[in-house]
Amino acid sequence: MSTIVEEPKVATEEHPVAPFLRMDRIPHIWCPTCGIGTVVKCFATALEETKVDLNKTMIVSGIGCTGRVAGYMKLDAFHTTHGRAIPFATGLKLSRPELLVTVFSGDGDLVGIGGNHFIHAARRNMDMLVILVNNFIYGMTGGQNAPTTPLGARTSTMPYGNFERPFNLPHLAASCGATYVARWTSLHTRRLTKAFKEAIQRKGFRFVEAIAPCSTLYARLNRLGTGFDLMRFYHDHSEIRHGADPADVGIGFQDKIICGKFVDEERPTFTELMNEHYTKTLGDKYVPMPPEGGLLREPVHSPEPEEAVVTGRDDS
Amino acid sequence: MKTDPAGVLSGAHYLDGDFACGEGAMAAGCRFVAGYPITPSTEVVERISRRFPMMGGTFIQMEDELASMAAVVGASWTGTKSMTVTSGPGFSLMMENIGLAAMMETPCVVVDVQRGGPSTGLPTMVGQADMMQARWGSHGDYELIALCPQSPQEAFDLMIDAFNLSELYRVPVLLMTDECVGHMTEKVVIPPAEEIEIVPRALTAQSPEEFLPYRVDGNYIPEFARAGDGYRFHTTGLTHDERGYPVMSAECQEICVRRLIEKITKNADKIVRFDEEETDGADVVVVTYGITARVARMAIDMARERGVKVGVIRLIVVWPFAEKLIRELAGKIKGFVVPEINYGQIVLEVERCAAGKCATVSVPHGGGSVHEPDDICQAILGVAK
Repeated sequence: MSTIVEEPKVATEEHPVAPFLRMDRIPHIWCPTCGIGTVVKCFATALEETKVDLNKTMIVSGIGCTGRVAGYMKLDAFHTTHGRAIPFATGLKLSRPELLVTVFSGDGDLVGIGGNHFIHAARRNMDMLVILVNNFIYGMTGGQNAPTTPLGARTSTMPYGNFERPFNLPHLAASCGATYVARWTSLHTRRLTKAFKEAIQRKGFRFVEAIAPCSTLYARLNRLGTGFDLMRFYHDHSEIRHGADPADVGIGFQDKIICGKFVDEERPTFTELMNEHYTKTLGDKYVPMPPEGGLLREPVHSPEPEEAVVTGRDDS
Repeated sequence: MKTDPAGVLSGAHYLDGDFACGEGAMAAGCRFVAGYPITPSTEVVERISRRFPMMGGTFIQMEDELASMAAVVGASWTGTKSMTVTSGPGFSLMMENIGLAAMMETPCVVVDVQRGGPSTGLPTMVGQADMMQARWGSHGDYELIALCPQSPQEAFDLMIDAFNLSELYRVPVLLMTDECVGHMTEKVVIPPAEEIEIVPRALTAQSPEEFLPYRVDGNYIPEFARAGDGYRFHTTGLTHDERGYPVMSAECQEICVRRLIEKITKNADKIVRFDEEETDGADVVVVTYGITARVARMAIDMARERGVKVGVIRLIVVWPFAEKLIRELAGKIKGFVVPEINYGQIVLEVERCAAGKCATVSVPHGGGSVHEPDDICQAILGVAK
């Protein structure tokens, strides 16, 4: 008698979001059960479903585990310096206003070293979508304390537990002026995708926080089990509360995670305010940055040489 | 190509060096400026913020110099000529993203109106002590280009050269001016737009399918695709291959970083610029730059009156350094005299290149004022003895 062993089924179909990824860079560097890949999948699905012009969609990352996202997405992709993704994206957006600019980075990058840029971009209502993957810890460097680490959680630099009060990120973003603020976990894939779709279609400073497991460091240092256990925790302890006051959605250690859409309002962006203001104050003399950017292409000649003018210091 | 006349305020003006810098940038086609206020450089962005709205330019005052420099690098990837302006303390903060610009090969210009340091130092008073920081300030090995104007007119002229060099070599170019030049008001003649030659951003003609962002095909400078044109390229501050993908290996590091260095060092003869005066048969050569070059004039005249054969090298491009020139002169003269408003920075380069073939004498000055010409003269006389 012989036993017939079935050939193991090998996935031969292309991954549904493969066209959005640099497949020549896969496998990625993220650990098994890391939540970042799931967030990327949700974002790619949102890009697909909103049918945005991918040639005009930029992705900018800083440094860290989530900082690697730009490197895997088949868009114009910028892997910049630690904390500086938002100002880099500001330069991109202002000098080619037609672009859809997305910042995709981690908690340490965006609100630790980059915190000042985060609050000022929100204050200015700079037109960009900021996706922040929050895993409560510095992953790439080995599990150090983050500005998001819940009180009492252990990290490699708070071996006796964190005693620093963490940021409540939706509250931070909303109080600085973000026009769209939502939070989901990497378990809520459909809702997270929907949040990305909505945020892509809004304008202004849009902020989506995605809570994601770091089983290699955060879960191990805090004896929270495997990635699967963390997903179960999200399942059991997430509470959806759309429209909740962002001040009330802070996250305690192994406490409930309030998810939902907290802010969704329209306010003029930096560029709109600038255009409106200069049109009002300068009238016809105002020449805005062209949507396609400030690239000087063709030789432009003035018909006649300008008349010589003499100016003094005050004629600035 | 000829520049866009919208940015050119042709005519004869009475301008300070900071305003002249701003005018030079606009004449060069700069259309994005991000900056943060700092004495003695702020007038540059004040001038620009007043005139930019009329020429399609965008100025933003960022939250700090880290952000200013990052925004400039981001903006440049759209093909928009971009710049920031600062002084010592801000220059320190910009080092992070000057390194990024060097690694990503992003054309951009940084103006440093030098004041006395270290730290907050002498905010309203002159210094030239950022010269080595300009060369080595960001971590790691890289090369860039630094220019030093001695007058408001030259500040205007060199701004155009700075933008052009940044486009040609895809490097950050630094205009290392100083508080004296920045706040000195003199006649500045701005030529008609059709006389201002600018180097436009050279966009690749390759298709997105065949394009690789860091392929050089035997050249030193890769072709450029701008953000938003459908190339969907990747660029990173990590060591990368010709696809712009990170590769963590000694082999890739060697290829990547060696090219960043060689694209400047192998083209140094084309980039280096200086004024040379009466070096033939000279016993002493004064090597100088920026405002100190003008102070040294008087000292040189004083020494010549006493019969000393004094030549002058005024460095216009300070980095890359005029190495070949100094090596050649070193075998023919008694010595170099190097006055600078620091405790001896560029003199170290002169000494290195002189390699013991002649004397090299530093005339240091801590900053806050320019040299007394007599101090420079005494150094010249000492070498001539």
